[in-house]
Order: sequence, then structure tokens, then C-alpha cells
Amino acid sequence: LPLLAQAKSPFSITDEPTPYEDIISYNNFIELAQGKTAPAKRADKLRTSPWSVAVDGECAKPGKLSLEDILKQNPTEERIYSLRCVEGWSMVIPWLGFPLADLLKRFEPTSKAKFVRFETLYDPEQMPGQKDRSYDWPYVEGLRIDEAMHPLTLMATGLYGKNLPGQNGAPLRLVVPWKYGFKSAKSIVRISFVEQMPTSLWMATVPDEYGFYANVNPEVSHPRWSQRKERRIGEFRKRDTLMFNGYADQVASLYSSMDLRENF
Amino acid sequence: MQIREPYFSKVFKPVVFVLALLPLALLGWGVWQDTLGANPIETITRSLGEWTLRFLLLTLLLSTLRRATGWVQGIRLRRMLGLFAFFYGVLHLLSYLWLDQFFDWAEIWYDIVERPFITVGMLAFVLMTPLALTSFKAAIRKLGRNWQGLHTLIYPLTALGVLHFWWLADSKARTDMPLIYTVLLAVLLGERLWRWSVPRFSKIPVTH
Repeated sequence: LPLLAQAKSPFSITDEPTPYEDIISYNNFIELAQGKTAPAKRADKLRTSPWSVAVDGECAKPGKLSLEDILKQNPTEERIYSLRCVEGWSMVIPWLGFPLADLLKRFEPTSKAKFVRFETLYDPEQMPGQKDRSYDWPYVEGLRIDEAMHPLTLMATGLYGKNLPGQNGAPLRLVVPWKYGFKSAKSIVRISFVEQMPTSLWMATVPDEYGFYANVNPEVSHPRWSQRKERRIGEFRKRDTLMFNGYADQVASLYSSMDLRENF
Repeated sequence: MQIREPYFSKVFKPVVFVLALLPLALLGWGVWQDTLGANPIETITRSLGEWTLRFLLLTLLLSTLRRATGWVQGIRLRRMLGLFAFFYGVLHLLSYLWLDQFFDWAEIWYDIVERPFITVGMLAFVLMTPLALTSFKAAIRKLGRNWQGLHTLIYPLTALGVLHFWWLADSKARTDMPLIYTVLLAVLLGERLWRWSVPRFSKIPVTH
């Protein structure tokens, strides 16, 4: 297995990983299709090669990098993270990836770079879900610069030792394990350093349901889902949701002066 | 269209009965064969909920069909289909209480008071219960004229069921299925409203 070739990371959790079949068949990726099983069936049109990522905004060295160059410069490692969806389910995923900070630093962000904005590929021919005009495409997500530079924040290129399948956000996706899954933008084509807080697609679409931070928090419920508990895929009984999805020791200090109920 | 006796009661009605059990059988098969996907509890709960709505709409369809086509016999399926709606409603509620929440009453109570889609779903179920309990001959006889009045509750409770489905989905997500049920319900209610407001066009009085 190529999995063995990857370095083990001290950031990995020890929980039993969710079966590969479940990880690649139960997805939220509205660009491909609505629903949980449809994205996997619609992923065949997504062309992940050639692929490049444009990096621009408040940085000294903006530029465009091909996927090959990105992979050459950033050796991947395995990170076993828990993924908590805002809808109340979770998985344990052995990602392959590299720290986002390693990639970002090469572009030398300036002091004006307070936030990082991520943009997903917009091409309705490859992503038929984007023909739905009730969303304001492209899919945009954002992180504060300190969140983006945090060692837990990963740019993932694979899972279970294989390349990412389309429905999981191939070829390059964000993984921010202490935030709800939708924060982890998929199939990224543009990264921008910005001074103002970016408005994500979900903030623009349903502002009372989705805020900028979206930290996993059992005390702050979503209008449609209690966040106190979650169903780990493959388990029968629900388990308690942990503050910051179990990563409180590493990330709670980022928010020490913030009202998390207000900044949901 | 008329199905001759004894075929209607001996063949047609039992066939409808068996068909109405098919969704449950398919879910049971799916559990046994493990084909309900990565989150089978979600699949089960949602499927049972949708079948509750479908049976409610089918129940409402029968008298519309009678007025539109003159097929009187359909009315004799109405109680059975209405009870199937309740049957799937009970299973839907049970799958939520048991499989989803595992009888965590505090969590369930929070859901009911904090989440509007759960609130209206519960309300729809509460309204459906007296209809199921009074669908037997003795109750119909005892309630007399009031029976008819009580059973008009099927209109608001079906509407609440459709609303329950709307509010479950993302506010702006593509919502094909709730929209389809809304259109069907609007047609069925609109037909009744039309007959009621323009009585001279109607030879058959409006019942459910």
C-alpha cells in the first residue's frame, strides 16, 4: 500500500478511519449535484488535469502554479482527521496533504493580508450542479490569516493513500478540521490574500444559518441542526460533539477574545 | 371505470394493500443487504417521511378522481390509504425517536422547541392521530356529522407535512421534491375550493 510510504503525523488522531467506500460515496459537493450520493455519480466529468492555481492579492509574489509544481514543492504526509459536517454527521478521514502555510508562505503575503479567500473551479460543463442559478457561483470560502497558517490546516491531495476522487474535491482541497466541513473548499483554482473578510457562498446565500467562522461548537446550534451530538458514519448511537471538533487544545487560543455565539 | 365484484374486494383491494407495504419491504431488504448507503438511518427516516406524504396525497386524490372521472370505487380505498399514511407516519416518528435520537428525550424536546421543521412535523403527526383512531365503523357511527368535520383536518395536516419537508431543506437549495408535493397538494385543494365556490358546476357534493 502506498499509504505506508507516507510519513505519520503527530497531528493524526487515533480513531478508526471511516471505510473508504463511505468516504467516497457520501458527500456534500453542490457543484456536482445536490444530495449525498449524487456527487459521486456526477464526478466523472470533472477534469483535474491539467490543473493550476492562481494566487493573487496582498502578497509580494503573486503567480500561477501548476498542480505538478505544487506537488513537487510540497511533499505530502498522511493526516488522520475527524471531519464534522454541519448537518450532524462525522467521518474519520486519512487525508494526504501538506500544510497550507507551506504553500502560502512562498507567495510572501504582506501585512495587509488579513484573510485568505479560496475559490472553487467554476465550469458548469464539468460541474453540472453549477447550472443551478439559485446560488451565486463560484463557491467561495475564507479563513483568517492565522487560521490559514495554523499547522492543522491542510491542503489535501488524496485520501487512503490514493488521489482524491472528484466528489471529495479533487485535485486540491482545503481541510480545516476544527470547522464544519463546508469551510473546507474543494477543487480550488484561486487563492487570494485579502484585507477584508471574504463573504463565502453560504454567508451570501443563507446569512442567518452560516457565518464566517463556522467553528464546530456543541453549544451553538444551527437553526436546523442541534450541534450537541453527531452521528459518526458507521456507528449506530450518536456521540457527543466536542468543542472545536476535538482540536480545542490546538486552536481555542485563536478565538480567546471572541464571542463564539455572535461569531458563529 | 368500474371493477366488477368480487374482483374489487377480493383482488384489487388486496393488491393495493400489498403494494402499499412495498416501500417498507424495500427498506427492510436494504437494511438486510446493506444497500442504504453510508448513513442508513438518514435514508430510512427520510424515506418513511416521504411515504407518509405520498399516502396522504393519494388519500386526497381518491375523491378528486371520483369527481373528475366518476370512478366511485376508489373511495372504498380511502380509509386503507389514510391508515397507511398514519402507519408510515408512526414509523417515520419512531425512526426519528429511536434510530436517530435513541430516545434522548432532552435532545428531542430541544428539537421540538428550537427547530421549526421538527415542530411542524410533530404537529402534523398529532393532528393525524385522531383521524386514524376514528377511522373505524363504531367511531364513524358515534361521531355522526362531526366525523366529517374532524376529518377535514387532513387538509391542514398534509400542508404541515409539506412545510416540514420544505423547512428540512436548505432555504435556497434546489428543492424539487417539496415543490412537486406542493403543486400536487395545491391541485388537490384547488379542485375542492373550486367545486365549493362554484357549486352549480358540481353534481357531486364536496367530501374529502
